[in-house]
Amino acid sequence: MAKPTKPPKPEELVKIDYNPPEKPWMEVPVEFKPGTFCYGTRPKYLEEVGLPNPREWSPTDDDWKLPSDWKDIVLDGIGERLKKYRSFQLFMDICVRCGACADKCHFFIGSGDPKNMPVLRAELMRSVYRKYFSTGGKLFGNLAGARELTFDVFKEWWYYFYQCTECRRCSVFCPYGIDTAEITMMARELFNLLGCNTDWIAGPVANCYRKGNHLGLEPHTITSNIEFMLDDIEEITGIKIEPTFNRKGAEILFVTPSGDLFGDPGTYTCMGYLMLFHELGLDYTWSTYASEGGNFGFFTSMEMAKRLNYKIYAEAKRLGVKWILGGECGHMWRVVHQYMDTWNGPADFLEEPVSPITGTKFENAKTTKMVHIAEFTADLIKHGKLKLDPSRNDHLKVTYHDSCNTSRGMGILEEPRYILKNVCNHFHEMPEDTIREKTFCCGSGTGLNAGENMELRMRGGFPRANAVKHVRDSHGVNMLANICAIDRATLSALMQYWVPDVEVCGVHELLGNALVMTGEKERETDLRLEPLPGKEEDEDV
Amino acid sequence: MGALLSFFVVIVLVLIALVGVKGAGLYVLFGTIIPYAAVATFILGVILRVIKWSRSPVPFHIPTTCGQEKSLPWIKYNKLESPAGTLGVIGRMALEVLLFRSLFRNLKTELREGPKLVYGSNKWLWLAGLAFHWSFLIVLIRHLRFFTHPVPEFVNIIDSLDGFLQIGSPHLLMTGVVLLLAVTYLFLRRVFIPQVRYISLPADYLPLFLIIGIATSGILMRYFYKVDIIKVKELTLGLATFSPEVPAGIGAVFYVHLFLISSLFAYFPFSKLMHMGGVFLSPTRNLANNSRMKRHVNPWNYPVKVHTYEEYEEEFREKMKNAGIPVEKE
Amino acid sequence: MELKDLLREKRSLILKKWFDLILETYPSETSSFLKKHKNQFSNPVGHTISEGIEGLFEGLLEESGTDKISPFLDNIIRVRAIQEFTPSEAIGFIFLLKKVIREALQREIREHQLHDELLSFDSRIDDLVRTSFDIYMKCREQIYEIRANEVKKMTFRLLQRANLVKEIQD
Repeated sequence: MAKPTKPPKPEELVKIDYNPPEKPWMEVPVEFKPGTFCYGTRPKYLEEVGLPNPREWSPTDDDWKLPSDWKDIVLDGIGERLKKYRSFQLFMDICVRCGACADKCHFFIGSGDPKNMPVLRAELMRSVYRKYFSTGGKLFGNLAGARELTFDVFKEWWYYFYQCTECRRCSVFCPYGIDTAEITMMARELFNLLGCNTDWIAGPVANCYRKGNHLGLEPHTITSNIEFMLDDIEEITGIKIEPTFNRKGAEILFVTPSGDLFGDPGTYTCMGYLMLFHELGLDYTWSTYASEGGNFGFFTSMEMAKRLNYKIYAEAKRLGVKWILGGECGHMWRVVHQYMDTWNGPADFLEEPVSPITGTKFENAKTTKMVHIAEFTADLIKHGKLKLDPSRNDHLKVTYHDSCNTSRGMGILEEPRYILKNVCNHFHEMPEDTIREKTFCCGSGTGLNAGENMELRMRGGFPRANAVKHVRDSHGVNMLANICAIDRATLSALMQYWVPDVEVCGVHELLGNALVMTGEKERETDLRLEPLPGKEEDEDV
Repeated sequence: MGALLSFFVVIVLVLIALVGVKGAGLYVLFGTIIPYAAVATFILGVILRVIKWSRSPVPFHIPTTCGQEKSLPWIKYNKLESPAGTLGVIGRMALEVLLFRSLFRNLKTELREGPKLVYGSNKWLWLAGLAFHWSFLIVLIRHLRFFTHPVPEFVNIIDSLDGFLQIGSPHLLMTGVVLLLAVTYLFLRRVFIPQVRYISLPADYLPLFLIIGIATSGILMRYFYKVDIIKVKELTLGLATFSPEVPAGIGAVFYVHLFLISSLFAYFPFSKLMHMGGVFLSPTRNLANNSRMKRHVNPWNYPVKVHTYEEYEEEFREKMKNAGIPVEKE
Repeated sequence: MELKDLLREKRSLILKKWFDLILETYPSETSSFLKKHKNQFSNPVGHTISEGIEGLFEGLLEESGTDKISPFLDNIIRVRAIQEFTPSEAIGFIFLLKKVIREALQREIREHQLHDELLSFDSRIDDLVRTSFDIYMKCREQIYEIRANEVKKMTFRLLQRANLVKEIQD
């Protein structure tokens, strides 16, 4: 110990080992750190949908209770998928490891874990691909960047492929368009061959399969949930709305993620839809059977995704509607835009969507026959069909977060912005490199929005939160609008941690605030039952 | 480690050529048989690889959209970043293949934030990548003069443009120098940027060293050792016209050059160099963003087990009736 | 010559060394990324740290109160609280400043007999550590609060519908 009169030596003061030994990544074993991974699935969820190897297990167990031939199952699974997906085959072969993607991943930026660099995340899989599927890897092994598939490797995959939100940001910057999402999807299919899903994904999948939605809301619960919102709407506007459920012969079937039916702030967005449709006198119906737009099957396997997605067209057909309108959701729209028609189409029993209010033909949806509500509403506003009072949102300074899926897997960028600019007076964009096709993920997509991995979520969402913080400081932004149900739930948590005075909302919540409805009473509050600007003084009366 | 290994591989290749020609006098082997075998491997290998890739179908329509989709007529859509038709896709691919559009994306921020050298690593990657690939292409085209008689006019034009500086004799050709500089940059970057070093495999260094070797031997041959160009052309034209002959008296450096090229050609189809072909097939780039307009068919689509409405109603009928929801069977 | 003047004089050197030492607590592949990219949005972690330590250093020199310094501390610790650090590692970066100052000013301190001043500066650094501990705990508590809130949000409507809770009417 140093004597009190003499300052201690600097080396004595700092006893932290700064430099982790620099080892090649293949030699760094995976370590499951608390707060970064989700619980393993309970057997009942797998049994419900007939997925293999249901059993009690935990990722921290030494024994994952895999079948004895698990290695063959994985390798056969890879071989089969190489033949089925050109993306997978190609992305295993053509990466030149230029590093352009390395610092584009929100998980790498927020965590600093090198295995979160997209190129390395993919190499986790590629190294095994080389060993068993390429001549060079078979001949030269480690020298060719190949390695054996071992249980440790399998665990490493599990850890890191559940640290990818399939957001596709890396794919924007890759000179060959290599999309880590494609590789993550394949990895997750492989996990599901062995019953290694996460509880947070498998639960919603089982719920959705049997009850029609992720939350497991039964039909009467859905209607009573919506009745709750209707009561609030009546309290705010004086208007009683009476939507219909499972009604045959309606013109339009409306499908939205079940997150909108349950849990704030999604419910406020849902109130916005209800008010809009009522004001338009739209001939539409809800369905309790197809009561989920989102698709956690998409985070399980393509087959599971297709099995869940089936309900939307099936219900549209049963009810005899003309076309389908879809609510605000991220991965739901990736699925609807790029997969639904291929899986469960052709939807030749439906008609090419036409807005009954403006007569606009939605030619961009002419085969899938499903229109995004932002497209629908933007068209209404453009044609002057809505009476809007944006000053009712004057207490809000709004910015807009592009969801990964709607921006990089669909390209709906302008419509939500157009709506926002018409329903509120204060709108500020976040910095250019953090929006549109370069948007940062909320850090909790693809079923990573569980509670037990909160640290991971906070890390992954940091780049997004950091940009929000910037507009809060520079423009006083206090509301983060988006068109995604997962965003609405998870950005709320993210803001609580990083930028506490910013709240989160759907675009149609703000529309609901601004919408001047026929016969409404003078509004005192917004949809959150908080006093409107200028009405605060009434509070104490 | 990977770099050192690859370096030694290339050194060994150079020695093999030197010993083979100078020591053992295997002129026919190194001047005819190996080049033919290498080119055959190249052509066959590339074809097989591309066939392998195209055998795997594109089951889903998954372009990465980097701009506004085509939707309502009054919303301007991004024809190049989110193309709705074939023409747009061609444009997008052309930008990607000819100008490395996606790599360039890195550039924007860096310029706005002030173009300081230290932040600009990505800009340099784009620039070096572009310089490397383009000069490589031009060098290849220039070499057509060795395989054609008479030499096509465009080759002559490219040659004279390339040597427009008119320095030295023979004239210094720009692309050779640019190629060597760019490839050296790409190598140094791999060694000095820790992130990139961390992800690099021996297979990433090998092509770089091969190309450095090829460019160096080419430059040595043209400017310093000055091999007998007439005899070289006799040999190469013979190869091209399938009447191979090996004239005596060509310097050993030529055989080193030729052997390294042969190695590169033979190695090509088995390596990441296939990214050249792969970029055209990449489904995130070569598909139009029109999946709701035009149905995409999955060739292996198969029926799956679903939960039907009937099963659903069966389970919840009473609850539905109580909630006033219409049912099929009362 | 006072210690503070010396510190001001060598401000940028000290800050750079401190920054570098902090980044060495990350894996080397990462620290080079964090060091190199100065863009606030493509490298929020590096930016937060470099901006934060500048504020801290300034605050130490000015002898500012906790309320002025703690936002800077908060920014840095908030990040480290959710990264893979133990509590001691998460706030240990502050001690690194002592090491940096000693290394940078070793000769001057001896020449000008500044040991006493250094000791009192040290104790101000120690104060920072105390505050850091509070902030770190607050961050961790918040994480658990957020987890609990998410569950609450999910169940509140259920309780409401079951008439188990009713908000008090105004």
